Amino acid sequence: MPARALRGAWLGLVGPAALVAVWAIVASLRLFPESLFPTPLAVARGLGIELRSGRLWDDVVASLFRVLTGFLLAVALGVPAGLAVGRSRWAREAFLPLVNFFRSLSPLAWIPFAILWLGIGDPPAIFLIFMAAFFPVVLSTGAAVASIPSVYFRVARDLGLQGSERLWQVTLPAIAPQVITTLRVTAGLSWLVVVAAEMIAGRDGLGFAVWDARNGLRIDLLAANMVVIGVIGVALDLLLMGLTRIPSVRWGYER
Amino acid sequence: MSAPLLRFERVRAGFGSLEVLRDVDLEVHAGEFVALVGPSGCGKTTILNLASGWLAPSGGRVERASRVRMVFQQDGLFPWRTVAENVRLGLRHVADEAERARREAEFLALVDLAPFAGHYPHQLSGGMRQRAELARALAGDTGLLLMDEPFSSLDYLARLRMRAELARLLTEQPRTVVLVTHDIEEAAQLADRVLVLSERPARIRDEVRLQAPRPRAATDPDVVRAVHHILTLLGLESDREAPALAPVEVP
Repeated sequence: MPARALRGAWLGLVGPAALVAVWAIVASLRLFPESLFPTPLAVARGLGIELRSGRLWDDVVASLFRVLTGFLLAVALGVPAGLAVGRSRWAREAFLPLVNFFRSLSPLAWIPFAILWLGIGDPPAIFLIFMAAFFPVVLSTGAAVASIPSVYFRVARDLGLQGSERLWQVTLPAIAPQVITTLRVTAGLSWLVVVAAEMIAGRDGLGFAVWDARNGLRIDLLAANMVVIGVIGVALDLLLMGLTRIPSVRWGYER
Repeated sequence: MSAPLLRFERVRAGFGSLEVLRDVDLEVHAGEFVALVGPSGCGKTTILNLASGWLAPSGGRVERASRVRMVFQQDGLFPWRTVAENVRLGLRHVADEAERARREAEFLALVDLAPFAGHYPHQLSGGMRQRAELARALAGDTGLLLMDEPFSSLDYLARLRMRAELARLLTEQPRTVVLVTHDIEEAAQLADRVLVLSERPARIRDEVRLQAPRPRAATDPDVVRAVHHILTLLGLESDREAPALAPVEVP
Protein backbone atom coordinates (compact mmCIF):
# COMPACT_ATOMS: atom_id res chain seq x y z
CA MET A 1 0.00 0.00 0.00
CA PRO A 2 1.42 3.42 -0.88
CA ALA A 3 2.34 5.62 2.07
CA ARG A 4 -0.45 8.10 1.38
CA ALA A 5 -3.15 5.41 1.31
CA LEU A 6 -1.77 3.98 4.53
CA ARG A 7 -1.90 7.39 6.18
CA GLY A 8 -5.47 7.80 4.88
CA ALA A 9 -6.45 4.51 6.48
CA TRP A 10 -4.96 5.57 9.82
CA LEU A 11 -6.56 9.01 9.66
CA GLY A 12 -9.88 7.31 8.96
CA LEU A 13 -9.68 5.78 12.43
CA VAL A 14 -9.24 9.14 14.19
CA GLY A 15 -12.95 9.99 13.97
CA PRO A 16 -14.24 6.68 15.34
CA ALA A 17 -11.62 6.71 18.13
CA ALA A 18 -12.64 10.24 19.16
CA LEU A 19 -16.31 9.25 19.09
CA VAL A 20 -15.74 6.24 21.34
CA ALA A 21 -13.72 8.42 23.74
CA VAL A 22 -16.47 11.05 24.00
CA TRP A 23 -19.06 8.29 24.35
CA ALA A 24 -17.08 6.69 27.20
CA ILE A 25 -16.72 10.03 28.98
CA VAL A 26 -20.42 10.88 28.67
CA ALA A 27 -21.36 7.38 29.86
CA SER A 28 -19.01 7.64 32.85
CA LEU A 29 -20.65 10.92 33.92
CA ARG A 30 -23.85 8.95 34.56
CA LEU A 31 -26.06 11.69 33.15
CA PHE A 32 -28.46 9.00 31.99
CA PRO A 33 -29.41 5.72 33.65
CA GLU A 34 -27.31 2.83 32.37
CA SER A 35 -30.44 1.11 31.05
CA LEU A 36 -30.88 3.96 28.53
CA PHE A 37 -27.28 4.80 27.69
CA PRO A 38 -24.92 1.83 27.37
CA THR A 39 -21.17 2.20 27.91
CA PRO A 40 -18.77 1.29 25.08
CA LEU A 41 -17.60 -1.64 27.17
CA ALA A 42 -21.16 -2.98 27.55
CA VAL A 43 -21.65 -2.72 23.81
CA ALA A 44 -18.38 -4.52 23.14
CA ARG A 45 -19.51 -7.28 25.51
CA GLY A 46 -22.87 -7.36 23.69
CA LEU A 47 -21.03 -7.79 20.44
CA GLY A 48 -19.13 -10.68 21.99
CA ILE A 49 -22.36 -12.34 23.13
CA GLU A 50 -23.90 -12.00 19.65
CA LEU A 51 -20.73 -13.30 17.99
CA ARG A 52 -20.41 -16.33 20.28
CA SER A 53 -24.04 -17.33 19.95
CA GLY A 54 -23.58 -17.34 16.17
CA ARG A 55 -26.64 -15.19 15.81
CA LEU A 56 -24.79 -12.12 14.57
CA TRP A 57 -23.26 -14.09 11.73
CA ASP A 58 -26.66 -15.50 10.72
CA ASP A 59 -28.21 -12.04 10.80
CA VAL A 60 -25.42 -10.50 8.72
CA VAL A 61 -25.73 -13.27 6.12
CA ALA A 62 -29.53 -12.91 6.00
CA SER A 63 -29.38 -9.13 5.54
CA LEU A 64 -26.58 -9.23 2.99
CA PHE A 65 -28.36 -11.91 0.99
CA ARG A 66 -31.50 -9.75 0.78
CA VAL A 67 -29.61 -6.61 -0.15
CA LEU A 68 -27.52 -8.40 -2.74
CA THR A 69 -30.55 -10.08 -4.35
CA GLY A 70 -32.75 -6.99 -4.37
CA PHE A 71 -29.95 -4.69 -5.47
CA LEU A 72 -28.65 -6.95 -8.26
CA LEU A 73 -32.20 -7.47 -9.50
CA ALA A 74 -32.74 -3.70 -9.57
CA VAL A 75 -29.47 -3.18 -11.48
CA ALA A 76 -30.08 -6.06 -13.89
CA LEU A 77 -33.49 -4.67 -14.83
CA GLY A 78 -32.86 -0.97 -14.17
CA VAL A 79 -29.81 -0.48 -16.41
CA PRO A 80 -31.50 -1.95 -19.54
CA ALA A 81 -34.65 0.04 -18.76
CA GLY A 82 -32.51 3.17 -18.39
CA LEU A 83 -30.80 2.46 -21.72
CA ALA A 84 -34.21 2.23 -23.40
CA VAL A 85 -35.52 5.35 -21.70
CA GLY A 86 -32.34 7.32 -22.39
CA ARG A 87 -32.13 6.45 -26.05
CA SER A 88 -35.63 7.29 -27.12
CA ARG A 89 -37.21 10.62 -26.54
CA TRP A 90 -40.61 8.97 -26.89
CA ALA A 91 -39.85 6.52 -24.10
CA ARG A 92 -38.50 9.36 -21.94
CA GLU A 93 -41.62 11.42 -22.24
CA ALA A 94 -43.86 8.41 -21.72
CA PHE A 95 -42.16 6.85 -18.71
CA LEU A 96 -40.11 9.43 -16.85
CA PRO A 97 -43.06 10.93 -14.92
CA LEU A 98 -43.93 7.43 -13.73
CA VAL A 99 -40.35 6.64 -12.77
CA ASN A 100 -40.18 9.91 -10.85
CA PHE A 101 -43.45 9.12 -9.09
CA PHE A 102 -42.15 5.80 -7.79
CA ARG A 103 -38.77 7.24 -6.99
CA SER A 104 -40.39 9.84 -4.77
CA LEU A 105 -42.45 7.22 -2.99
CA SER A 106 -40.61 6.10 0.13
CA PRO A 107 -40.01 2.36 -0.14
CA LEU A 108 -41.16 2.12 3.48
CA ALA A 109 -44.67 3.03 2.34
CA TRP A 110 -44.70 -0.32 0.54
CA ILE A 111 -44.13 -2.28 3.75
CA PRO A 112 -47.81 -3.08 4.41
CA PHE A 113 -48.34 -4.28 0.85
CA ALA A 114 -45.08 -6.20 0.94
CA ILE A 115 -46.28 -8.12 3.98
CA LEU A 116 -49.81 -8.64 2.62
CA TRP A 117 -48.54 -9.92 -0.71
CA LEU A 118 -45.35 -11.69 0.24
CA GLY A 119 -45.61 -12.53 3.93
CA ILE A 120 -42.58 -12.48 6.21
CA GLY A 121 -38.90 -13.23 5.52
CA ASP A 122 -36.80 -12.83 2.40
CA PRO A 123 -39.43 -11.98 -0.28
CA PRO A 124 -40.86 -8.78 1.25
CA ALA A 125 -37.39 -7.44 2.10
CA ILE A 126 -36.07 -8.16 -1.40
CA PHE A 127 -39.16 -6.54 -2.88
CA LEU A 128 -38.68 -3.39 -0.78
CA ILE A 129 -34.98 -3.14 -1.67
CA PHE A 130 -35.86 -3.56 -5.31
CA MET A 131 -38.44 -0.76 -5.05
CA ALA A 132 -35.83 1.49 -3.42
CA ALA A 133 -33.05 0.85 -5.92
CA PHE A 134 -34.75 0.20 -9.26
CA PHE A 135 -36.13 3.67 -10.01
CA PRO A 136 -33.00 5.70 -9.20
CA VAL A 137 -30.99 3.27 -11.36
CA VAL A 138 -33.41 3.72 -14.30
CA LEU A 139 -33.40 7.47 -13.91
CA SER A 140 -29.68 8.01 -13.71
CA THR A 141 -28.85 5.45 -16.40
CA GLY A 142 -31.37 7.17 -18.65
CA ALA A 143 -29.90 10.59 -17.91
CA ALA A 144 -26.38 9.29 -18.53
CA VAL A 145 -27.35 7.79 -21.89
CA ALA A 146 -29.19 10.93 -22.96
CA SER A 147 -26.12 13.05 -22.21
CA ILE A 148 -23.55 11.00 -24.16
CA PRO A 149 -21.91 13.49 -26.55
CA SER A 150 -23.16 12.74 -30.06
CA VAL A 151 -19.58 12.91 -31.34
CA TYR A 152 -18.98 9.41 -29.92
CA PHE A 153 -21.81 7.98 -32.00
CA ARG A 154 -20.56 9.77 -35.09
CA VAL A 155 -17.10 8.32 -34.56
CA ALA A 156 -18.71 4.91 -34.00
CA ARG A 157 -20.50 5.27 -37.30
CA ASP A 158 -17.28 6.21 -39.13
CA LEU A 159 -15.58 3.21 -37.55
CA GLY A 160 -18.42 0.88 -38.50
CA LEU A 161 -19.50 0.07 -34.94
CA GLN A 162 -23.16 -0.93 -34.96
CA GLY A 163 -25.73 -2.78 -32.90
CA SER A 164 -24.38 -4.75 -29.97
CA GLU A 165 -20.80 -3.71 -30.77
CA ARG A 166 -21.85 -0.09 -30.43
CA LEU A 167 -23.64 -0.88 -27.16
CA TRP A 168 -20.63 -2.62 -25.59
CA GLN A 169 -17.89 -0.44 -27.00
CA VAL A 170 -19.49 3.01 -26.94
CA THR A 171 -22.74 3.36 -24.99
CA LEU A 172 -21.89 1.30 -21.91
CA PRO A 173 -18.32 2.57 -21.43
CA ALA A 174 -19.58 6.12 -21.95
CA ILE A 175 -22.09 5.84 -19.09
CA ALA A 176 -19.96 3.62 -16.84
CA PRO A 177 -18.59 6.35 -14.52
CA GLN A 178 -22.05 7.78 -13.87
CA VAL A 179 -23.58 4.33 -13.40
CA ILE A 180 -20.89 3.39 -10.87
CA THR A 181 -21.71 6.51 -8.86
CA THR A 182 -25.37 5.53 -8.94
CA LEU A 183 -24.53 2.01 -7.80
CA ARG A 184 -22.77 3.45 -4.76
CA VAL A 185 -25.74 5.63 -3.88
CA THR A 186 -28.36 2.94 -4.41
CA ALA A 187 -26.35 0.26 -2.59
CA GLY A 188 -26.34 2.60 0.42
CA LEU A 189 -30.06 3.11 -0.01
CA SER A 190 -30.64 -0.65 -0.15
CA TRP A 191 -28.71 -1.12 3.07
CA LEU A 192 -30.91 1.52 4.75
CA VAL A 193 -34.05 -0.15 3.53
CA VAL A 194 -33.18 -3.71 4.52
CA VAL A 195 -32.88 -2.71 8.18
CA ALA A 196 -36.29 -1.02 8.13
CA ALA A 197 -37.84 -3.92 6.23
CA GLU A 198 -36.51 -6.52 8.68
CA MET A 199 -37.69 -4.57 11.70
CA ILE A 200 -41.25 -5.01 10.53
CA ALA A 201 -41.35 -7.91 8.10
CA GLY A 202 -38.49 -10.05 9.36
CA ARG A 203 -37.76 -12.98 11.61
CA ASP A 204 -34.01 -12.56 11.25
CA GLY A 205 -31.47 -10.13 9.83
CA LEU A 206 -29.78 -7.16 11.46
CA GLY A 207 -32.93 -5.04 11.37
CA PHE A 208 -34.84 -7.73 13.23
CA ALA A 209 -31.97 -8.07 15.71
CA VAL A 210 -32.28 -4.34 16.50
CA TRP A 211 -36.00 -4.70 16.96
CA ASP A 212 -35.63 -7.86 19.05
CA ALA A 213 -33.04 -6.21 21.32
CA ARG A 214 -35.32 -3.26 21.84
CA ASN A 215 -38.24 -5.57 22.77
CA GLY A 216 -35.97 -7.39 25.23
CA LEU A 217 -34.72 -4.04 26.58
CA ARG A 218 -31.18 -5.15 25.77
CA ILE A 219 -29.80 -1.78 24.73
CA ASP A 220 -26.26 -3.17 24.76
CA LEU A 221 -27.22 -5.65 22.01
CA LEU A 222 -29.21 -2.96 20.22
CA ALA A 223 -26.19 -0.64 20.03
CA ALA A 224 -23.91 -3.56 19.10
CA ASN A 225 -26.11 -4.34 16.11
CA MET A 226 -26.17 -0.67 15.14
CA VAL A 227 -22.38 -0.63 15.10
CA VAL A 228 -22.35 -3.71 12.86
CA ILE A 229 -24.91 -2.15 10.48
CA GLY A 230 -22.83 1.01 10.12
CA VAL A 231 -19.56 -0.86 9.62
CA ILE A 232 -21.05 -3.07 6.91
CA GLY A 233 -22.51 0.01 5.19
CA VAL A 234 -19.05 1.60 5.07
CA ALA A 235 -17.54 -1.67 3.80
CA LEU A 236 -20.14 -1.92 1.02
CA ASP A 237 -19.29 1.57 -0.18
CA LEU A 238 -15.55 0.87 -0.05
CA LEU A 239 -16.15 -2.23 -2.12
CA LEU A 240 -18.09 -0.33 -4.78
CA MET A 241 -15.61 2.53 -4.66
CA GLY A 242 -13.09 -0.03 -5.89
CA LEU A 243 -14.96 0.05 -9.22
CA THR A 244 -13.95 3.69 -9.69
CA ARG A 245 -10.31 2.59 -9.79
CA ILE A 246 -10.78 0.60 -13.00
CA PRO A 247 -8.48 2.39 -15.51
CA SER A 248 -11.09 2.63 -18.26
CA VAL A 249 -13.51 4.62 -16.06
CA ARG A 250 -10.99 7.02 -14.48
CA TRP A 251 -11.71 9.64 -17.14
CA GLY A 252 -15.16 10.15 -15.65
CA TYR A 253 -13.75 11.22 -12.29
CA GLU A 254 -10.60 13.09 -13.29
CA ARG A 255 -11.96 15.59 -15.76
CA MET B 1 -9.19 14.79 -64.57
CA SER B 2 -10.53 11.60 -62.95
CA ALA B 3 -14.04 11.35 -61.51
CA PRO B 4 -14.38 13.42 -58.34
CA LEU B 5 -14.11 11.70 -54.96
CA LEU B 6 -16.81 13.95 -53.59
CA ARG B 7 -19.43 15.81 -55.54
CA PHE B 8 -22.22 18.19 -54.49
CA GLU B 9 -24.81 19.04 -57.11
CA ARG B 10 -27.13 21.96 -56.34
CA VAL B 11 -27.26 20.80 -52.72
CA ARG B 12 -29.76 22.41 -50.39
CA ALA B 13 -30.01 21.90 -46.67
CA GLY B 14 -31.98 23.39 -43.83
CA PHE B 15 -33.31 22.79 -40.37
CA GLY B 16 -37.04 23.44 -40.24
CA SER B 17 -37.63 26.89 -41.65
CA LEU B 18 -33.94 27.81 -41.42
CA GLU B 19 -32.27 27.61 -44.82
CA VAL B 20 -28.59 26.79 -44.32
CA LEU B 21 -27.27 25.90 -47.77
CA ARG B 22 -28.58 27.08 -51.11
CA ASP B 23 -27.53 25.39 -54.33
CA VAL B 24 -24.00 24.40 -53.39
CA ASP B 25 -21.93 22.83 -56.16
CA LEU B 26 -18.64 21.29 -55.17
CA GLU B 27 -16.19 18.80 -56.60
CA VAL B 28 -13.22 17.40 -54.76
CA HIS B 29 -10.74 15.28 -56.68
CA ALA B 30 -8.37 12.61 -55.43
CA GLY B 31 -5.31 14.04 -53.75
CA GLU B 32 -6.77 17.52 -53.37
CA PHE B 33 -6.81 19.52 -50.16
CA VAL B 34 -9.84 21.79 -50.11
CA ALA B 35 -10.53 24.24 -47.30
CA LEU B 36 -13.86 25.88 -46.56
CA VAL B 37 -13.89 29.25 -44.80
CA GLY B 38 -16.66 31.68 -44.10
CA PRO B 39 -18.52 33.64 -41.47
CA SER B 40 -19.34 31.69 -38.33
CA GLY B 41 -22.68 29.95 -38.39
CA CYS B 42 -22.80 30.05 -42.19
CA GLY B 43 -23.13 26.30 -42.65
CA LYS B 44 -19.53 25.13 -43.03
CA THR B 45 -20.04 22.20 -40.67
CA THR B 46 -23.32 21.35 -42.39
CA ILE B 47 -21.36 20.82 -45.61
CA LEU B 48 -19.10 18.33 -43.83
CA ASN B 49 -22.06 16.55 -42.28
CA LEU B 50 -23.59 16.19 -45.72
CA ALA B 51 -20.28 14.96 -47.11
CA SER B 52 -19.97 12.31 -44.42
CA GLY B 53 -23.58 11.20 -44.85
CA TRP B 54 -24.50 12.13 -41.27
CA LEU B 55 -27.07 14.55 -42.74
CA ALA B 56 -29.19 14.07 -45.85
CA PRO B 57 -29.64 17.03 -48.20
CA SER B 58 -33.12 18.50 -48.55
CA GLY B 59 -32.45 19.02 -52.24
CA GLY B 60 -29.83 18.15 -54.83
CA ARG B 61 -27.35 15.28 -54.75
CA VAL B 62 -24.30 14.30 -52.75
CA GLU B 63 -22.05 11.63 -54.27
CA ARG B 64 -19.15 9.99 -52.49
CA ALA B 65 -16.74 7.63 -54.22
CA SER B 66 -14.96 6.65 -51.03
CA ARG B 67 -15.41 5.79 -47.40
CA VAL B 68 -14.83 8.79 -45.16
CA ARG B 69 -13.36 9.50 -41.76
CA MET B 70 -14.08 12.67 -39.87
CA VAL B 71 -11.79 14.47 -37.45
CA PHE B 72 -13.71 16.52 -34.94
CA GLN B 73 -13.07 19.79 -33.15
CA GLN B 74 -12.19 18.10 -29.89
CA ASP B 75 -12.66 15.01 -27.83
CA GLY B 76 -13.54 12.67 -30.62
CA LEU B 77 -11.27 10.11 -28.97
CA PHE B 78 -13.01 7.56 -26.77
CA PRO B 79 -11.88 8.53 -23.25
CA TRP B 80 -12.36 4.96 -21.98
CA ARG B 81 -9.70 3.64 -24.35
CA THR B 82 -5.98 4.23 -24.33
CA VAL B 83 -4.30 6.04 -27.21
CA ALA B 84 -3.19 2.71 -28.69
CA GLU B 85 -6.68 1.21 -28.29
CA ASN B 86 -8.20 4.23 -30.03
CA VAL B 87 -5.80 3.88 -32.95
CA ARG B 88 -6.51 0.14 -33.06
CA LEU B 89 -10.22 0.94 -33.43
CA GLY B 90 -9.28 2.87 -36.54
CA LEU B 91 -7.74 -0.31 -37.91
CA ARG B 92 -10.87 -2.44 -37.56
CA HIS B 93 -11.00 -3.07 -41.30
CA VAL B 94 -7.62 -4.87 -41.15
CA ALA B 95 -8.45 -8.55 -40.68
CA ASP B 96 -4.99 -9.92 -39.92
CA GLU B 97 -4.07 -9.44 -36.26
CA ALA B 98 -0.30 -9.23 -36.78
CA GLU B 99 -0.76 -6.69 -39.54
CA ARG B 100 -3.04 -4.65 -37.29
CA ALA B 101 -0.45 -4.59 -34.52
CA ARG B 102 2.25 -3.57 -36.99
CA ARG B 103 0.18 -0.69 -38.36
CA GLU B 104 -0.88 0.41 -34.90
CA ALA B 105 2.79 0.83 -33.96
CA GLU B 106 3.47 2.54 -37.26
CA PHE B 107 0.73 5.14 -36.83
CA LEU B 108 1.64 5.79 -33.21
CA ALA B 109 5.22 6.41 -34.29
CA LEU B 110 4.02 8.59 -37.15
CA VAL B 111 2.38 11.05 -34.74
CA ASP B 112 5.15 10.69 -32.15
CA LEU B 113 2.92 9.13 -29.53
CA ALA B 114 4.58 5.74 -29.16
CA PRO B 115 5.70 6.54 -25.57
CA PHE B 116 2.10 7.45 -24.71
CA ALA B 117 0.47 4.37 -26.21
CA GLY B 118 -0.88 3.22 -22.85
CA HIS B 119 -2.10 6.65 -21.73
CA TYR B 120 -5.75 7.62 -21.65
CA PRO B 121 -6.83 10.73 -23.58
CA HIS B 122 -7.49 12.77 -20.42
CA GLN B 123 -3.86 12.29 -19.45
CA LEU B 124 -2.65 14.02 -22.63
CA SER B 125 -2.44 17.66 -23.75
CA GLY B 126 -4.89 19.01 -26.32
CA GLY B 127 -2.30 18.86 -29.09
CA MET B 128 -1.40 15.26 -28.27
CA ARG B 129 -5.08 14.31 -28.29
CA GLN B 130 -5.52 15.86 -31.73
CA ARG B 131 -2.45 13.97 -32.97
CA ALA B 132 -3.91 10.73 -31.65
CA GLU B 133 -7.18 11.50 -33.34
CA LEU B 134 -5.35 12.19 -36.61
CA ALA B 135 -3.59 8.85 -36.29
CA ARG B 136 -6.90 7.06 -35.74
CA ALA B 137 -8.45 8.79 -38.76
CA LEU B 138 -5.45 8.12 -41.00
CA ALA B 139 -5.40 4.49 -39.86
CA GLY B 140 -8.80 4.12 -41.46
CA ASP B 141 -7.12 4.17 -44.86
CA THR B 142 -10.12 6.00 -46.28
CA GLY B 143 -9.70 8.05 -49.41
CA LEU B 144 -11.43 11.07 -47.95
CA LEU B 145 -10.65 12.82 -44.69
CA LEU B 146 -13.14 15.40 -43.41
CA MET B 147 -11.86 17.79 -40.75
CA ASP B 148 -14.14 20.04 -38.73
CA GLU B 149 -12.05 22.82 -37.21
CA PRO B 150 -9.66 20.20 -35.86
CA PHE B 151 -7.23 22.64 -34.23
CA SER B 152 -9.59 25.35 -33.04
CA SER B 153 -9.38 24.35 -29.38
CA LEU B 154 -5.58 24.70 -29.33
CA ASP B 155 -3.58 27.82 -28.56
CA TYR B 156 -1.92 29.65 -31.45
CA LEU B 157 1.52 28.07 -31.21
CA ALA B 158 0.11 24.56 -30.79
CA ARG B 159 -2.08 25.25 -33.79
CA LEU B 160 0.93 26.24 -35.90
CA ARG B 161 2.69 23.07 -34.80
CA MET B 162 -0.36 20.92 -35.68
CA ARG B 163 -0.61 22.51 -39.12
CA ALA B 164 2.99 21.58 -39.85
CA GLU B 165 2.31 18.13 -38.42
CA LEU B 166 -0.73 17.62 -40.66
CA ALA B 167 1.18 18.80 -43.73
CA ARG B 168 3.99 16.37 -42.89
CA LEU B 169 1.57 13.47 -42.30
CA LEU B 170 -0.08 14.12 -45.64
CA THR B 171 3.23 13.88 -47.47
CA GLU B 172 3.76 10.47 -45.86
CA GLN B 173 0.14 9.29 -46.00
CA PRO B 174 -1.46 11.19 -48.88
CA ARG B 175 -5.20 11.70 -48.51
CA THR B 176 -7.89 13.80 -50.03
CA VAL B 177 -8.93 16.34 -47.42
CA VAL B 178 -11.85 18.68 -46.90
CA LEU B 179 -11.07 21.05 -44.03
CA VAL B 180 -13.56 23.40 -42.45
CA THR B 181 -11.96 26.20 -40.49
CA HIS B 182 -12.51 29.74 -39.34
CA ASP B 183 -8.75 30.26 -39.44
CA ILE B 184 -8.04 31.78 -42.83
CA GLU B 185 -4.29 31.56 -42.43
CA GLU B 186 -4.63 27.84 -41.66
CA ALA B 187 -6.74 27.35 -44.78
CA ALA B 188 -4.27 29.22 -46.98
CA GLN B 189 -1.24 27.42 -45.57
CA LEU B 190 -2.65 23.92 -45.96
CA ALA B 191 -5.02 23.86 -48.92
CA ASP B 192 -4.77 23.72 -52.68
CA ARG B 193 -8.08 25.51 -52.96
CA VAL B 194 -9.85 27.70 -50.43
CA LEU B 195 -13.59 28.05 -50.92
CA VAL B 196 -15.07 31.20 -49.39
CA LEU B 197 -18.66 30.84 -48.28
CA SER B 198 -21.26 33.59 -48.05
CA GLU B 199 -23.50 34.41 -45.10
CA ARG B 200 -26.37 32.01 -44.46
CA PRO B 201 -27.93 30.61 -46.60
CA ALA B 202 -24.42 29.71 -47.70
CA ARG B 203 -23.26 29.58 -51.26
CA ILE B 204 -19.70 29.26 -52.47
CA ARG B 205 -18.94 32.84 -53.38
CA ASP B 206 -15.32 32.53 -54.31
CA GLU B 207 -12.47 30.15 -54.85
CA VAL B 208 -8.83 30.96 -54.15
CA ARG B 209 -6.21 28.67 -55.64
CA LEU B 210 -2.72 28.38 -54.24
CA GLN B 211 0.15 27.57 -56.56
CA ALA B 212 3.03 27.07 -54.14
CA PRO B 213 3.66 23.36 -53.54
CA ARG B 214 2.66 21.82 -50.17
CA PRO B 215 3.90 21.78 -47.46
CA ARG B 216 4.39 25.51 -47.23
CA ALA B 217 5.23 27.97 -44.48
CA ALA B 218 2.65 30.23 -42.86
CA THR B 219 4.66 33.19 -44.16
CA ASP B 220 5.04 31.88 -47.72
CA PRO B 221 4.31 34.87 -50.05
CA ASP B 222 1.62 32.81 -51.78
CA VAL B 223 -0.07 32.19 -48.40
CA VAL B 224 0.17 35.84 -47.37
CA ARG B 225 -1.29 36.90 -50.70
CA ALA B 226 -4.15 34.39 -50.38
CA VAL B 227 -4.92 35.51 -46.82
CA HIS B 228 -5.05 39.12 -47.94
CA HIS B 229 -7.29 38.19 -50.87
CA ILE B 230 -9.71 36.22 -48.69
CA LEU B 231 -9.85 38.91 -46.01
CA THR B 232 -10.65 41.44 -48.73
CA LEU B 233 -13.43 39.18 -50.02
CA LEU B 234 -14.87 39.01 -46.54
CA GLY B 235 -14.71 42.79 -46.26
CA LEU B 236 -12.18 42.66 -43.43
CA GLU B 237 -9.29 44.31 -45.29
CA SER B 238 -9.28 46.93 -47.98
CA ASP B 239 -7.33 46.45 -51.18
CA ARG B 240 -3.96 47.89 -50.25
CA GLU B 241 -2.50 47.41 -53.74
CA ALA B 242 -4.64 50.10 -55.37
CA PRO B 243 -3.59 53.40 -53.78
CA ALA B 244 0.13 52.82 -53.65
CA LEU B 245 2.01 55.67 -52.01
CA ALA B 246 3.56 57.98 -54.50
CA PRO B 247 7.30 58.30 -53.94
CA VAL B 248 8.11 61.49 -52.11
CA GLU B 249 10.46 63.62 -54.07
CA VAL B 250 13.17 65.39 -52.15
CA PRO B 251 13.64 68.85 -53.43
